[in-house]
Amino acid sequence: MIREIIGFGLIYIGVVFDFFGVLGLIRLPDVYNRLQAATKSVTFGTGGILLGIFVLQGFNNFGFKAILGIIFIFLASPTAAHAISHASHRSNIKLDEKTVVDQYAEDNENK
Amino acid sequence: MSLKNRSRITVFFLSLLVWFALTDITNLQEVILGIIIAIFVALIAGHFLITTEKRKHIFKRIGYALLYIIKFLWEIIKANVHVAYLVVHPKVPINPGIVKIKTKLTKESAMTILANSITLTPGTLTVDINLEKQELYIHCIDVHSKKIEDNTKDIGNRFEKILMEVFE
Repeated sequence: MIREIIGFGLIYIGVVFDFFGVLGLIRLPDVYNRLQAATKSVTFGTGGILLGIFVLQGFNNFGFKAILGIIFIFLASPTAAHAISHASHRSNIKLDEKTVVDQYAEDNENK
Repeated sequence: MSLKNRSRITVFFLSLLVWFALTDITNLQEVILGIIIAIFVALIAGHFLITTEKRKHIFKRIGYALLYIIKFLWEIIKANVHVAYLVVHPKVPINPGIVKIKTKLTKESAMTILANSITLTPGTLTVDINLEKQELYIHCIDVHSKKIEDNTKDIGNRFEKILMEVFE
């Protein structure tokens, strides 16, 4: 009973944060800011859902697969965000008008 | 035994352990298939795991690694509440920019973990790493200062001390 309350609670928290991530993807201005929302909230949200599944299932095949899924998401999501942001900066995708400073572009011009 | 072979054997046993966690250990077919796959994994990618001879203070390092995981989880929760607040706020109060920070870490693995942690924590995303100069370029959703020293203190130092203990 308690296990079900904790498990479903974690799943609901995960879904809520996934929702915030998607909302950020729509509302924030440029590629880089959208990546921020996409990496943080979606990693945490999906991690929460998988942790909830682990709590519900316990130490069997399903549970271990969920744990492995969490580890892979936590490794892959920042790496993908890094690759996308690096690539979009190299292909000269402009930052938003609100941007105050871009030291990366300054340094690359000096080279 | 050479360093590479020791690393390969460690990878073999670790991947076999993961395989047994995922499958039925009483089934002989699964066990044989697992051993074959673990040998392949160890031969192809085994030499990346252990790169230094040093084996001192292993328990101290594991302790610091656990401390790091706890701190990392706490920072992730803070990051998510922060992003959720920014997104729900009607005006979207952001102040974005790309800043540069310096790090004292030297190893590639430590730098990778630092960059990934920075990406997953409040308002920051790693755009590029300069390994020779030990610099990281960070996209901040809310820039406070344009000075390298200030930003290094704000962003990098949270994890750097613990990672120094774990990796170096």
